[in-house]
Amino acid sequence: MTATDLLAARVTALSRRFGDKTILDDISLDVLSEEFIALIGKSGSGKSTLLRAIAGLDHGVAGSGDIAVPRRVSFAFQDSRLLPWKRVLDNVIFGLEAPDAVERGRTLLQEVGLAGRERSWPYELSGGEQQRVALARSLAGEPELLLMDEPFGALDALTRRRMHKLLLRLKDIHRPAIILVTHDVEEAVTLADRVLVLKDGQIAEDLPVVADRPRDVEDPELITIRKTLLQHLGV
Amino acid sequence: MPISDVTEARPTAQRPTTPASPAPAEAASAATAPAVTVPGPSSTRLGPVSIRPLGLGRKYPFGWSYGIVALLLIWSVGSILGIIDPRTLPAPWVIVETLWYQLVEGRLPEHMQASVVRAALGFSAGFAVGLVLAVISGLSRLGEGFIDGPVQINRATPGLAMMPLLILWFGIGEDMKIITIALSVMIPIYMHTHNGLRGIDKRYIELAETQKVSRWTFIRHVIFPGSLPGLFLGLRFAVLSSWLSLIVVEQYNATEGIGYMMTLASTYGQTDVIIAGLVVYAALGLALDSGVKALQRFALRWRKTIEG
Repeated sequence: MTATDLLAARVTALSRRFGDKTILDDISLDVLSEEFIALIGKSGSGKSTLLRAIAGLDHGVAGSGDIAVPRRVSFAFQDSRLLPWKRVLDNVIFGLEAPDAVERGRTLLQEVGLAGRERSWPYELSGGEQQRVALARSLAGEPELLLMDEPFGALDALTRRRMHKLLLRLKDIHRPAIILVTHDVEEAVTLADRVLVLKDGQIAEDLPVVADRPRDVEDPELITIRKTLLQHLGV
Repeated sequence: MPISDVTEARPTAQRPTTPASPAPAEAASAATAPAVTVPGPSSTRLGPVSIRPLGLGRKYPFGWSYGIVALLLIWSVGSILGIIDPRTLPAPWVIVETLWYQLVEGRLPEHMQASVVRAALGFSAGFAVGLVLAVISGLSRLGEGFIDGPVQINRATPGLAMMPLLILWFGIGEDMKIITIALSVMIPIYMHTHNGLRGIDKRYIELAETQKVSRWTFIRHVIFPGSLPGLFLGLRFAVLSSWLSLIVVEQYNATEGIGYMMTLASTYGQTDVIIAGLVVYAALGLALDSGVKALQRFALRWRKTIEG
C-alpha cells in the first residue's frame, strides 16, 4: 500500500436519520491519504448518505457525529453534471481560482483524452466523454480527498472498463484518497485498496484488497473477496 | 424527425405456431400421415408490411406563406371584380401606393420614429424594472415575500385597465404613454425571469457547493445563464406586449406616431392610410420579434432543442 499514516478523512460516531428511520448508525471510519476505498451496499443501505455527509451536502439532515476532512475535497456525481451553458474547458475549471486555471484545465483534458474538445458544448459529447470531463473537473482543484457517487453507473460496460483504467491512471498522477460508492462488486474489487460493505447503516465488512494492479478478475484472492461481497449483498 | 421516415420493414403477422413446432414424437409419425400443408407466404395469415404513417409528413416549400398569399389573392380578386367596396377596403396596390406616398411625401417616417422611440423608452424602463424585481425576488426569500404579491396582483389586472388612473396621475402626455408601455413589459419579464431563476436544477446548486464557489460566482455562472431561457421567453412576450400597448396609448392625445396618423385618417375616412398604418405596425412588430428570436438563438446556442 502506498498510503502513509496520514489521514485523508476521519468519520467518528456518525449517525443520520430521515424522519424516524436511521440511515447511518454510529459509523466510524478512517481514510488514509491516497487510499482507495470502495463503499458497497444494497440500495437504501446508506452509502450515498454517508458520502454526501462527508461531502457536507446533507444540509438539514438530522444526525450526530464528527467528520474531519482535508481542505481540498471534491465530488464526482453519478451524472456528469456539466453546466450545459459552459464549454468543456470552462466546465473543467469551474470554481477553480488559480492564475494558471486555463493551463491546468487544458492539461487535465489531455489527461482524460479529450484534448481538442476544449471549445465543445457538453451536449456535443457522448455520455462517456461527459463523464471524463466531470472527472477532469473533480481533479482540477488537486483534491486530497475525492468522493465519487457511482460515477460510472450510467455508462455501458465497455466504457465503464475504460473509465476504470483512466481513473487508476489519474489517481497515480494526482494521488487523492478516493471513496467510491458503487453497487458493482467487480468495480469495487478491481479498483479499491479496501472494500467496505454498508448494511443497515453500519459497516458490516471491511476487506482489504492487496492484489497488484492491473488486476485480473480471475485472481483467486479477488474471487474470494467477490464471493464474500456478493453474500453480503444477498445475491 | 418525422415519423414517416421509419422505413424499416417489420413483420406484422403472428408467427404460424401450429406447423412450425411439431413435437419430436409426432414428427416421426407425421412422415406416415398425410402431408401437412405448411402455409406459404401467400397464405392469408401473412400479408405485406403495412405501417400507416401518422406524422405530419414532409414540409411544403414556403409552406408558411400559403395563408398570406391566399388572403392577398382573395383581396386582389375581390377588388378587381368590385366585390370589395374600396371605401371599406381599398385594393392592395392602393395601400402600397399610399404607403409609398406617406413614406416619401408624407409624415410617415416622423410618425414611425415617434412610435419606435416611445416603444423603446417604455420597453427599456419596463425591462430594467422587471429584471431587477425578478432578480431580487428570485434570489431571496424575503425579496419574494415583498415583491411577488404586488406583482401578481398587477399581473391579474389587465395592464390597459390602469390607463384611466395613469392618465389622472401623469396626464395625457408622453409620461403616461411610456409608463403604460413599461408596465405591460415589466410583467412578462418579471414572470418568466423569476420562473427561470427558481427553475434552475437543484443538481447545479449542489455542484456549485461542492466546487466551493463564492455566492457571486454562483449567481454569475450558474443562476444567470440558467435563467436565460426564461428571460428570453419573457422578452418575446414583452416585445409583443409593448407593441400592443403602444397602439392603444397612441390613440390618446398624440400629435405624432403611427397611432396618431391612423386616428387622424379615421376622422377623415382615409381607409387606405389606416391600413397602411396597420401594415407598418405589423412589419415593425415582426421585425422586432425576429430580432429577439435571432438574439435568443445566439445566447442559447448551448441548448440542443427540437428546433435543432
